[in-house]
Amino acid sequence: MRHNGRWRTAILAAGVLTLAACGGGADKGGGSGPGGLTVPKIDKLASLGAGEGSVNIVSWAGYVEDGTTDKAVDWVTPFEKETGCQVNNKVAATSDEMVTLMKTGEYDVVSASGDASLRLIYGGDVAPVNTSLLSSYQDVFDGLKNKVWNSVDGVAYGLPHGRGANVLMYRKDTVNPPPTSWAAVFDPNSPYKGKITAYDSPIYIADAALYLMKTKPDLGIKNPYALDDKQFEAAVSLLKEQNKAIGEYWSDYTKEVQAFKAGNSVLGTSWQVIVNLAQADKAPVDAVLPTEGATGWSDTWMISSKAKHPNCGYLWMNYIVSPKANAQVAEWFGEAPSNRLACEQTAAKDHCKTFHADDESYLDQVWYWTTPLARCVDGRTDVTCKDYAAWTQAWTTIKG
Amino acid sequence: MTLSGPARWALRLFMVAGLTFIYVPLLLVLVNSFNGDRTFAWPPHDLTTRWWSAAWENEGARQALITSIRAGLGATVFALVLGTMVAFAVQRFAFFGRDTISLLVVLPIALPGIVTGIALDSAWRSVMGDLGIGKGLFSVVVGHATFCVVTVYNNVLARLRRTGTNLEDASADLGASPSQTFRYVTFPLIRSALLAGGLLAFALSFDEIIVTTFTAGPGVTTLPIWIFNNLFRPNQAPVVNVVAAVLIVFSVLPVWLAQRLAGPEAGASRT
Amino acid sequence: MTSLGSYLHRHPRLRLAGLLSAPLLWLVVAYLGALAVLLVSAFWTVNGFTGGVVRRFSLQNFRTLLAEEVYRAVTLRSIGVAAAVTVLCVVLAVPMAFFMAKVASARARHALVIAILTPLWASYLVKAYAWRILLANGGPIDTLLGGPGHGPGYGLPATVIVLSYLWLPYMILPIYAGLERLPDSLLEASADLGARAGRTFRAVVLPMLVPSIFAGSIFTFSLSLGDYIAVQIVGGKTQLIGNLVYANIGAANNLPFAAAIATVPVVIMVIYLFAVRRSGALEEL
Repeated sequence: MRHNGRWRTAILAAGVLTLAACGGGADKGGGSGPGGLTVPKIDKLASLGAGEGSVNIVSWAGYVEDGTTDKAVDWVTPFEKETGCQVNNKVAATSDEMVTLMKTGEYDVVSASGDASLRLIYGGDVAPVNTSLLSSYQDVFDGLKNKVWNSVDGVAYGLPHGRGANVLMYRKDTVNPPPTSWAAVFDPNSPYKGKITAYDSPIYIADAALYLMKTKPDLGIKNPYALDDKQFEAAVSLLKEQNKAIGEYWSDYTKEVQAFKAGNSVLGTSWQVIVNLAQADKAPVDAVLPTEGATGWSDTWMISSKAKHPNCGYLWMNYIVSPKANAQVAEWFGEAPSNRLACEQTAAKDHCKTFHADDESYLDQVWYWTTPLARCVDGRTDVTCKDYAAWTQAWTTIKG
Repeated sequence: MTLSGPARWALRLFMVAGLTFIYVPLLLVLVNSFNGDRTFAWPPHDLTTRWWSAAWENEGARQALITSIRAGLGATVFALVLGTMVAFAVQRFAFFGRDTISLLVVLPIALPGIVTGIALDSAWRSVMGDLGIGKGLFSVVVGHATFCVVTVYNNVLARLRRTGTNLEDASADLGASPSQTFRYVTFPLIRSALLAGGLLAFALSFDEIIVTTFTAGPGVTTLPIWIFNNLFRPNQAPVVNVVAAVLIVFSVLPVWLAQRLAGPEAGASRT
Repeated sequence: MTSLGSYLHRHPRLRLAGLLSAPLLWLVVAYLGALAVLLVSAFWTVNGFTGGVVRRFSLQNFRTLLAEEVYRAVTLRSIGVAAAVTVLCVVLAVPMAFFMAKVASARARHALVIAILTPLWASYLVKAYAWRILLANGGPIDTLLGGPGHGPGYGLPATVIVLSYLWLPYMILPIYAGLERLPDSLLEASADLGARAGRTFRAVVLPMLVPSIFAGSIFTFSLSLGDYIAVQIVGGKTQLIGNLVYANIGAANNLPFAAAIATVPVVIMVIYLFAVRRSGALEEL
């Protein structure tokens, strides 16, 4: 699904933000995780030594740029000069690829998305981080620290990198009045039938679940990533109805910008960076965070438990989340930075404002992508939830 | 066949229409490489050469091109050796199962790329992975060579069938050693067939993306993979158009050269 | 070296073994072996959380495949697309190849072969994306047909057009090669015997072209059957069987189920290969 290198597709960021904790239960007990697994005991690095001369990284495209893509986009060279650690980067296309690569033990650090991060933690592939060795950690937004997708029992397993929400984009010249609710995309008799777009991934089922959570309270959905049979059925049938009004499903953003600009799509989910690009190319579009809230993603830098270059790995993690580098990545990639000081370093002065980086009331409404598991991530124990394999198969039936 | 004048004209018109169909999208690629709009708005409202200068400076594209050429050459060499061996075996010997050989050789290209891709990927991971050999450029070469064997095999087999063994027998009768016979008689006979098959093998490998996606190891970016990664970024997509336009222009050279060297038949898939 | 050569020359069986061992090791052990492992894994399942493969025989994947109507629908749609693409390619390729081989001058023939081969070097993705622009709302094709919304837009028809475009050279080349081998004298004989051009074409040319057409169709049919990228670019909300395989392996990491789906195109292609083998098509590629 995610086959453009740059954006996550099948990312099921295993973050169960805010409300997940309210459900309770999921993380009870010493080191037991969802599914009742235990976390392998791995020591964190006690002190920082001299760099080993190189560091092997697994990352999303756009996170590790050394000037080969665009001469002006280069934050790797300064790092190499400063630390003497030669950077070897491998761009991963999916979360699964990230997990597979980290299991080889050949890589030191990874920019893991939620689902990958939890699997890596429980698989013993990554080590907890010693945050006292990472000066950048103190400036990370509190809203990103010690979340379910980057920590276990208060032990941090990584350095948060960036995040974003899946917003509702529309063409101002066609869609009237401007939408304020996801209802606009779930109406099978919409006046924009055939020109509605949706994200092409099973994780999009969560968008329907989020909408049902707010509009059909009797279904009892507490978390859009924890759906029992009945709730799942409701979300899937909503999406099957929606399919009739869909023009195309999108997964890469050139396609999305181009479709909105040509008018093949006029209404649908989007990312802030796409909205900005479309506006920069003079497409008459705007975007809202609908009243129901939205889904979103969040990434974390983690260090391998088998790292051959742990010192360079730490140096990299600290560097990439430091204000200047974090700002550069956030602007190039198009996301909200995790370091609060990065907001002063961006080339575009209003970057943090545009991406709502420091707007907690905005980000509180975001449900970060989470791996749906058989053991419900909202903490319910009396029912079994649909896992991601079931979501994938359902997505096939939705698309028909 | 004596064709009437109108029939010839109709065919000529059809040919022109067909070539138009083939070349209009390519022309669009060329035009869009000058399109100032990052996501190719149509019609272009401003023209620019900045994508060309960006492409010229793009280190990633150059490295990817080199990787692709290395993978293509590697796959072609394997395909040439394996394809020729099988062709000789099938043409010069009678053995049990000979009839299924061509089916076996065709299979890798006849099965959808994604099947070949995931089969090789999981096999590589479980067998070679255990031996400590991760995926890399070599796994790409192996994947490509697997489906490239057929082009060489078919070309060489056809040539061997057509030429028979008389010349080789004569060479042997005149006292040449088998290696001399191969060098001075057999090889010159099949040279243009090898060139034709090799060229097609290289072309197949050069533009292959699906099998590559599944067999490429860490850090291995062939040109199609680079294009794949960059086409979907608005800042980079126009640069991809430039690279494609350059490829089209320069690809005429090897094709034309091969035609010159190997005679009229070499360009076609089969002699 | 020479003595080894002579030794081998005197022992043909050894020579045969020498010739065949490496290719067979590659194709049978490595390739068929990998396919067999894939096929076997279709009977396994995946553990929901760890993503680990559970290596216990189960028919669950195939039950899902048969029970869910969507898989049948997608399979039929994919076969339909592959067949439509193949037919379209044949219709376009036969006259073009005929012109190249039998009407054009020797000089023009050269240029035309180059003209057909050249697009193969332009990236498949770039070409597909160029079609996305051509087919866009208000794009060149819409304009040609009378304004925004008049063209086919994105969807199943667009998929068929674009796949035909992408694979057309693979159909033209074997047909051209087949026609070139066809001696002119044969056509003249037919004419001498009183056959008109149309009759000659139907009764003499076409039957001799069948292997070449089948050879080309192996390309067009199988490449269409396995495609999952072009359809995502121009297919609108269409999904083909390649998308299903990719979705399950690439995103969900469900190799067993992806393998189970992958058996469908494999079976279709193997049946197809056996069907066309008798015509000698396999050696015309």
